[in-house]
Amino acid sequence: MIIGLDVGGTHTYAVLLSNQGVEKSVKVTTNHADLFSTVLSGFTQLLESIDPSQIERAVISTTLTTNAIIQQTMEPVGMIVSAGPGIDPEFFRTGEHYYAVSGSINHRGREKASVNEMQIQDIAKKMVDAGIEYVGVVSKFCVRNPSHEILIKRMLNKYFKKIFLGHHVSGNLNFPRRIATTHLNAAVFSLHKSFFEAVKKSLTEKGLTVPIQILKADGGTMSLEASMHFPGQTVLSGPAASIMGAIPYAPEGQDAIVLDIGGTTTDIAFLVDKAPLLEPVGIQRGSYKSLIRSLRTDSKGIGGDSTLRVKDGNLTIGPDRQGPAMAFGGPLPTPTDAMVVLNVMDTGDREKATAGIETIARQLGLSIEEAAEKIFKTCCTIILKKTFEMIDQINSQPVYTVHDFLEGYKLSPQKILVLGGPAPFFAQKIEDLYQIDTLAVPNSPVANAVGAALARTTCEVSLYADTEQGIVTAHEEDFAEPISKTFSEDDLMETAYTLLKEKAINSGADPENLEEVEVVEFQKFNIIRNFSPRGKIFRTKMQLKPGLIKGYETVLH
Amino acid sequence: MLKALHKTGLVFFPAFDWAIDPTHPEREERLLYTQDQVTEEGIFDIPGIIEYKPMLATAEDIRRAQFCVPDEAAITTESHLISAGGAKVIADAVMNKEVKNGFALIRPPGHHSMRVSHGGRGFCHINIEAIMVEYIRSRYGVKRIAIVDTDCHHGDGTDNIFWHDPDVLFISLHQDGRTMFPGTGFPGELGGPNAKGSNLNIPLPPGTSTEGYLYVINHCVLPVLNEFKPDLVINSAGQDNHYTDPLTNMNFCAQGYAELTTLLKPDIAVLEGGYAIEGALPYVNLGIILAMAGIDYTGVVEPDYNPEKLKQSVSITDKIKKTTAQINKYWSQRFQMREDAGKPGEIQIRHKEIFYDTDNIFERQKERVRICKDCGGCFEIDSQATPGFHILGVHIPINACPACIEKGYEFFDKAVENKYHHVFLMDRPKGNYHIK
Repeated sequence: MIIGLDVGGTHTYAVLLSNQGVEKSVKVTTNHADLFSTVLSGFTQLLESIDPSQIERAVISTTLTTNAIIQQTMEPVGMIVSAGPGIDPEFFRTGEHYYAVSGSINHRGREKASVNEMQIQDIAKKMVDAGIEYVGVVSKFCVRNPSHEILIKRMLNKYFKKIFLGHHVSGNLNFPRRIATTHLNAAVFSLHKSFFEAVKKSLTEKGLTVPIQILKADGGTMSLEASMHFPGQTVLSGPAASIMGAIPYAPEGQDAIVLDIGGTTTDIAFLVDKAPLLEPVGIQRGSYKSLIRSLRTDSKGIGGDSTLRVKDGNLTIGPDRQGPAMAFGGPLPTPTDAMVVLNVMDTGDREKATAGIETIARQLGLSIEEAAEKIFKTCCTIILKKTFEMIDQINSQPVYTVHDFLEGYKLSPQKILVLGGPAPFFAQKIEDLYQIDTLAVPNSPVANAVGAALARTTCEVSLYADTEQGIVTAHEEDFAEPISKTFSEDDLMETAYTLLKEKAINSGADPENLEEVEVVEFQKFNIIRNFSPRGKIFRTKMQLKPGLIKGYETVLH
Repeated sequence: MLKALHKTGLVFFPAFDWAIDPTHPEREERLLYTQDQVTEEGIFDIPGIIEYKPMLATAEDIRRAQFCVPDEAAITTESHLISAGGAKVIADAVMNKEVKNGFALIRPPGHHSMRVSHGGRGFCHINIEAIMVEYIRSRYGVKRIAIVDTDCHHGDGTDNIFWHDPDVLFISLHQDGRTMFPGTGFPGELGGPNAKGSNLNIPLPPGTSTEGYLYVINHCVLPVLNEFKPDLVINSAGQDNHYTDPLTNMNFCAQGYAELTTLLKPDIAVLEGGYAIEGALPYVNLGIILAMAGIDYTGVVEPDYNPEKLKQSVSITDKIKKTTAQINKYWSQRFQMREDAGKPGEIQIRHKEIFYDTDNIFERQKERVRICKDCGGCFEIDSQATPGFHILGVHIPINACPACIEKGYEFFDKAVENKYHHVFLMDRPKGNYHIK
């Protein structure tokens, strides 16, 4: 049996799955000030009268890292960045202890200016004096040649508890995002470590000894041990859990929209043939841009508990939440109240809901029924408008080859999957309004916990081979090997596959779930100087696709 | 936080799967390092920098600017159409005021492609700027456009397309034609009789450095633009003036390009040549993008940059000053020159021989233009290519007067079909293209 636990904004759900389906589920109110006791209470309730030795797998998704970013409770850490030619690295400052240093690597990975060791020693002393314990080191083009980062780390090792290096974060280019991501990993490390060590200790005491898996933003899992190196990858795993939970109900060979309608916000995502769409570079939320692989999701500040107002004769919904719906004792009318009034929802205090909607109806000059209908319809329209905007945006993404331009895949979803508390009510309305096949995911309140439970381990490797310089590298994996001039595309793919499998096993993957390998990117260039060929550049990215583990496909139908 | 001062649009189409041939300078690898540099700098994440997806240009788009022989499909590949389409996308973004300015980093280039195109010359098959300019004029009704071509080679194709057009000011800065392909672009080449002085060619001696380029911009290009008062300024941003370019002999640098862009303030920049793909393009393109967006570019310096080594000699400075003075004199005399060029209604004839170095085609042209004081004047070009086709192309300019429209149709109607493989008529006022 497997356990999935997802810490949500309002509630935390935990489920126990067997190959018969959901055996048990529990719901705990999320206490953001004490996530540890929330998680533990979820596990405690779930494991009551269950023999822990029957559990084969446990996956946890939390808001810990996300909260730390939002609430700015990240620890002050030191950052050393070396930029070389280009935009002033001062623009990417992460905090007080941020130092731009000399040294430069170019786009081919050649050293253009060396590290100034005296400068690094000086900075180390300053950071030690300031009480810094964790440091991030990032150099421009370190994904092509990480030697400067490694050298600086060697010089700093003796002074600090742990040093995070930019080239371990991602195989993608993007210096500002790499700085932000390395900083994030360093800044949440001790928080993440103490949290999960405490969770693990408590679970061991309960007799639960299986390796704990953590859900990542890309909808895949990693082992607790692997998460210690990249705690930042757990950011926004909440939306990832719900999307994974929708996969069992997604159509095969088609595109689908996933809408997770919560109290305050609605998360929007897409599935292509049951596989979630990933962000091209990394997580992006507002001004925060990272290289953390993540599902392509966006959220709209609208949900069942969004505050309703009338401004200049126009109805507005959200983006704030002032408490639950009036039907459930809240202070202000919400879309949930409209649903209660319309009888699409038969829980809650109908009288209070009606009173709330009446104030809106009066301002709009409509009957209570009409107002409720308008609110419900407007809600759906706002959510779907945002969804269609996202589809347009995805379909207008730039391409860099003639082939991609001509063959570019166009996302055209034919089904909508709705999750979250009010999902069943919304699903019908959306289908009526838009004539698109719409399904409320069964067990939708716990679908996210199910998603976490069933998510398989994912990972990605990026390889770069340069036969002129005679080297193939995957610096993210600390891999570099000499190659001959005859190194071929096949050699590259073989190397990539070996590295990918190794990485997956090290991140806790089950060897049975290593088949969904996909080449995400492949490019090959001749290097020509003075009109004669000097070698080739090969680039590839290979991934284990996000998806569900084997053996549970039919469980949920 | 880092933010673009001016909203800037970018179309980035490196055509990673297209090359003239595997070892040609115009090959897959050309924008590879630029893309690496631009991606690593996080350019596409900067608020105010918007990346657009290119589109395919159509035969109709090309037919506003060029006669393709035997037709558009025969001499273009998808890459050419995406490149021209990319320029159109940037034009739309700028004209619709989604962005203040835009830069199309596209390949293949276009500025050696002339009014009649039988194939590839100077790596160009169709003229992406001209196609864009004619699209802008048709779609948005813009009248006065200035194109400043800063590619190291004379922009002879663009020069040729706007040769008779007084509403399009074409200024080309380039390495002296006596030392370089295509061997044209001397100060005396000033445009056709109806448009004298609206084509300005500024040859620069080999070894010209940043100082020389900026001198010409400050002492000639900007004052001329100031007087011409264009509605739109376009930069044919060739990047082969760089001191590491393998095909040219100039000493320009990334900072210089960025500075030039800041001074010129182009509404639209379109990438042309530039073949120092590893040591120059990544830095030059980055510098231009930052300059257009109004972001500090002082950190964009080539790793091997040595200003002492690139200093321009006194004799070069003197030559540049002399050329600049000569050009300014021509510019000031432009109306008089047009007055003296001929009588309205008279037909003037020009013969031209064109060699297509990329496709090994030799073309002979006989061009007949109607002298006109009311518009750019209609003209016909009798063009015979070996190997290839014999065609006649008739052009009626976009702002044509009734007399020139009538004359244009007369050219077309009188053309004897069995003499030519094709006879084309480009009727710009009506937006029609006739073939017989």
